[in-house]
Amino acid sequence: MNETPLWASESFWKKTAIWVTAGSFLILVVLTFDSLSQTQAGGKRVPAYSVINKKIDYVYQKDLHKSMPVIGETELLFGKEYTEAEAEQLVMLGKKTTQAKNCMNCHTLLGNGAYYAPDLTKAYLDKGWVNKEMREDMMIKFLMDPEKNARTFGSNRKMPNLDITEQEAKGVVAFLKWMSSIDTNGFPYNFKTINAED
Amino acid sequence: MNAKELCEGSRANYANFITWVALDRSNLSAGRQLSVNYFIVAVILFFAQLLFGMIAATQFIFPNFLYDWLDFSVNRMVHINAMIVWMLYGFIGCVYWLLEEESGTDIVGLKLGKLAFWVLTGAVTIVVLVYLLIQTGAGKDSSLWLINEGREYIEAPRWADIGIVIVMLIFFYNVVATFSKGKWSGIAGVLTLDLVALAGLYVAGMFYMTNITHEQFWWWWVIHLWVEATWEVLVGVIMAWSLMKLLGVRRQIVTTWLYIEVALMFGSGILGLGHHYFWIGTPEYWLTIGGFFSALEPIPLVAMVVHAMYDAGSHSFKNSNHPAVAWIIAQAFGNFFGAGVWGFMHTLPQINMFTHGTQWSASHGHLAFFGAYATINIAFFYLAIQHWRGDVWMNSDTANAWRWKWALGLLNAGVVGMTVALLIAGYEQSFIERAVEGSTWGGYFSAQNHPSFQSAMVWRWFFGLMTFSGLILLIWDLLTIGKGETRKAQEIVEH
Ligand code: HEM
Ligand code: HEM
Ligand SMILES: [Fe+2]
Repeated sequence: MNETPLWASESFWKKTAIWVTAGSFLILVVLTFDSLSQTQAGGKRVPAYSVINKKIDYVYQKDLHKSMPVIGETELLFGKEYTEAEAEQLVMLGKKTTQAKNCMNCHTLLGNGAYYAPDLTKAYLDKGWVNKEMREDMMIKFLMDPEKNARTFGSNRKMPNLDITEQEAKGVVAFLKWMSSIDTNGFPYNFKTINAED
Repeated sequence: MNAKELCEGSRANYANFITWVALDRSNLSAGRQLSVNYFIVAVILFFAQLLFGMIAATQFIFPNFLYDWLDFSVNRMVHINAMIVWMLYGFIGCVYWLLEEESGTDIVGLKLGKLAFWVLTGAVTIVVLVYLLIQTGAGKDSSLWLINEGREYIEAPRWADIGIVIVMLIFFYNVVATFSKGKWSGIAGVLTLDLVALAGLYVAGMFYMTNITHEQFWWWWVIHLWVEATWEVLVGVIMAWSLMKLLGVRRQIVTTWLYIEVALMFGSGILGLGHHYFWIGTPEYWLTIGGFFSALEPIPLVAMVVHAMYDAGSHSFKNSNHPAVAWIIAQAFGNFFGAGVWGFMHTLPQINMFTHGTQWSASHGHLAFFGAYATINIAFFYLAIQHWRGDVWMNSDTANAWRWKWALGLLNAGVVGMTVALLIAGYEQSFIERAVEGSTWGGYFSAQNHPSFQSAMVWRWFFGLMTFSGLILLIWDLLTIGKGETRKAQEIVEH
């Protein structure tokens, strides 16, 4: 019988499997450390929670061929200036509310989740809130009683009433405002915000 | 009717049912009796999965259906969470099924294994009841600990997570201790290391984080590194073992193939994780790394098709369990098309920019989960029932063979039909919502209201019904196939 050639030998492939797996995993661990540190809240890609005190926009950059978040002058949320700690507190309440109410099983956040309701990534900046003067009030009312304040865009799909309290609703709005400031490498493409001229 | 009558009535019904199925547990070793417990719960949860999928699909067409009672979010959560859990049950069942034969000895911690089964099943029951009856909580930690975590696929509340980890540890102990007492093999080694990774990854999904970029980063560690790395290798192990047993392929061949598959799968799948890091706030280098490595992921899936088909062909498709081998072949192709082809089609960032978070993902998700993981479990259900009946003949000319053939046809055609309907909806969404209207809420609803989207939802509903009928037929077949069969299973010689 012939010798088994290398490419068909069990022990060669066993070693290859071990080395390839260990190598890939090692690279992943290194990249994970790097990504986590680059995306710390307060860094360049993921702004500090106190960004909720600022005007946020998302503008197409011709040279980069994608939209980028633009953080502007002071534009208070609910007429209050939050310290970093207060802002984090409020965003945390909002984040926990989105989890406890299971938003992700109808909506997408950063494009991940369910496809029964619109994406929330840039929802705070959406033109659907008519104008910036009405936005906060509309959002709070909608979250607290989505059935009565339904915005179905002709689809008959209504968000159910999830017993969101006023404080939780404020938290959710703060969370959405903060999330809209994250640098998502240009997703969604060509999104026109509430600030954009028609 | 009072409670006592009801109780007695159901007991009598249960007794009738047991007499009717006429299954004899003494045909199975103690370890395999534990294994079939897992399979039974898996089938029940599979049924629940499709039932709630049908309700959710109905709500796409009639949004007022069960509105405020069982909202879409609840139904969808049960649909996908039941899927994850039934597949895990199935995998545990498969491993217990092959453990004794592969190690050449009895399961070491059988009592502990049984206890773990009942603990897990109790916990799953409570979790599902809470999903259905309590549904949501206030925005605080106690809701995430007791009701649900609100994270797609791993919604189970934190207390259940901890229970799951403990049960996994017991399972893992059983596997390692049994191989150590009996004998190790290449298959055993890959299995053990893979289970460490699979269980370890679950822990990555057990923490609350306010920073959503970090939260989704770790969430994908669990989801992606499960389905595109550790589950895929687990299936490779199970497949390797079944090809040996069902077709008589030589051990050295399947082991070598297994190592090749591990190298290719982990080599592409681990860094392929990057295809979920394009748009969640993570750095730009993921566009390159994720795009490149995930584009290689279909290669091991091609290798798996070649392996299965070559082995089956070279043994002239002679085998001891026709339904199981049919489902194994369905697995090879389903995995290749669902994960490999459908996954590849939207994995490059230039395309994913527009398909991300649309029905496109759902199209891929359905074909991939069904093709890769439902199929292999179903193959094992057939293997289990064959032995439970006393290792009987189970070929194309078995009594009422139309049932398994039709169940196979309906389930596969149903899922393929849903996949195509969702693909059409996904293209329409990518085009109208994303490309033309820039993904605003208005754009989202223009796409949802579009006639081609709406008719796709109707088609999905009908193909869903086809899938669901296939499952009902499958369950009926599993309960009856081989009943009264007197011929012994076809002998298979290794060559
Ligand atoms: C059996 C293996 C696989 C299964 C079960 C699977 C399942 C899924 C599911 C369910 C999703 C949707 C996740 C969500 O809810 O957001 C998804 C997303 C995705 N999958 Fe897979 N997949 C598999 C293999 C692959 C492979 C091999 C590739 C690439 C070649 C791939 C590419 C993708 C991509 C790019 C996404 C992101 C979709 C988006 O941006 O929305 N998948 N997969
Ligand atoms: C009776 C048949 C089925 C029906 C009617 C059905 C229906 C649905 C619906 C309505 C959704 C929600 C999609 C959305 O958010 O827009 C969904 C999601 C999902 N289903 Fe099914 N389904 C069925 C069978 C299956 C099967 C057999 C599998 C896999 C074995 C499966 C796996 C999934 C997955 C992974 C998701 C999440 C997809 C994603 O997020 O991208 N379903 N299904
Ligand atoms: Fe993936």
